[in-house]
Amino acid sequence: MEIPKTFLGYKREDGRTGTRNHVIILPVDDISNACAEAVANNIKGTIALPHSYGRLQFGADLELHFRTMIGTGKNPNVAAVIVIGIEPKWTKRIVDAIATTGKPVEGFSIEGVGDIDTIAKVSKKAQEFSIWASEKQREERPISDLWISVKCGESDTTSGLASNPTVGNLMDKLEPLGVHLCFGETSELTGAETVCEKRGKTPEAQEKFRKTWSSYNDFILKEATDDLSESQPTAGNIAGGLTTIEEKAFGNFQKIGGCKFIDVLEPAEEPSKGPGLYFMDTSSAAAECVTLQAAGGFNLHLFPTGQGNIIGNPIEPVVKLTANPLTARTMSEHIDVDVSKILSREMNLDEAGDELIKATIRVANGRLTCAEALGHREFVMTKLYRSA
Amino acid sequence: MAGTDIIIHDEKDNVGVVVIEKITPKQDCHCWIMENDKSVKIQSMDEIPLGHKIAMTDLNEGDTILKYGHDIGKVVKSIKKGEHVHVHNVKTKKW
Repeated sequence: MEIPKTFLGYKREDGRTGTRNHVIILPVDDISNACAEAVANNIKGTIALPHSYGRLQFGADLELHFRTMIGTGKNPNVAAVIVIGIEPKWTKRIVDAIATTGKPVEGFSIEGVGDIDTIAKVSKKAQEFSIWASEKQREERPISDLWISVKCGESDTTSGLASNPTVGNLMDKLEPLGVHLCFGETSELTGAETVCEKRGKTPEAQEKFRKTWSSYNDFILKEATDDLSESQPTAGNIAGGLTTIEEKAFGNFQKIGGCKFIDVLEPAEEPSKGPGLYFMDTSSAAAECVTLQAAGGFNLHLFPTGQGNIIGNPIEPVVKLTANPLTARTMSEHIDVDVSKILSREMNLDEAGDELIKATIRVANGRLTCAEALGHREFVMTKLYRSA
Repeated sequence: MAGTDIIIHDEKDNVGVVVIEKITPKQDCHCWIMENDKSVKIQSMDEIPLGHKIAMTDLNEGDTILKYGHDIGKVVKSIKKGEHVHVHNVKTKKW
């Protein structure tokens, strides 16, 4: 199949391209959720991104909070941003960083004003942004403007046999075209960590991966009470036939095909070494991982599932594929691409990879994913440790 | 190509994955090895559902399970060729 050279996206002020055109209402902290949700309810064409944190965090955990907030606002799938916090200082820090992209952004704080007057004031600005964004048009953009993140969930053995290798096949075909790619799930590479490490393109990337994995593994060993029964692998994984974390890891690892990663990113860190594959240090929980990858600037997500994970994200469209024929049948409203014919050998990996590329480009052009149509907007901040 | 009951990733693997809804005891199963496109046969001993693993050879306590050509855990209860391989007889070597 000849891969299209372009897709239809929204060109942003900083040169990046969005596959979506969202106006987001971003609360800095948990207590500003009510205000953000009220504004999004008032003004059509906006979405609120409520979450649970943002107060009394400190150190690396606070830095991650800021990086996630700022990265979400900077993501090219976002046309304009309203930031609402309880106090002005942290709010301004986020607003100023998002403003470096050149996109419209404005911050508001609630202290000394109260919810009701803030909602009124913010709603006026949100209406202005929403109408402004509605005039943005899709235009032809190079395929290399796709930044694709991947993460699998509720995996079973069909993931490692077929749906993850399908994603790997797409990576092998799109990497030479200058697409940015990202995989994560540090803990779920346990068992395959030495094989994965060797996929680092440079000794520096390999070394960085080794350190990142070891530190996560040390943390897990320290916190685990007996074993990780039903957490890794999950009860769903076990029902689907996955027996150990090692088996899950080698299945997971199929998603990167034959690609080598050029750098290891901190959670929510934006890649800076040009096109190619990146590894991001993330949790293996679906919503946390995709939220971090979206904050890293990725504009389209591929999510292979075995037993049927149903995750979506508010700003980054999540394309789901499965090779499990039972899941494809019983949960069809969640599955964008069915590659179960690989198991019956009526479809080969090359054909499945082409099907996934076609679906990816249609979604990049604006086709709603199953998760978008169902209203899945899981925005989940990663928290590193207890607050002060 | 229809009629494949079990897929094996790598020739070195000592387990295969059931890819039909289930296999039943004493079923003669057709297996396909992805790595080299070879076919082998095995008779199952247990009922094994879609996605679950079957032992391609007799395995003793302490043996290593190979899948994708790699170590995915250890046998904790001996397993006969054709039996179901899962959490009741295999454990991680990690956590």
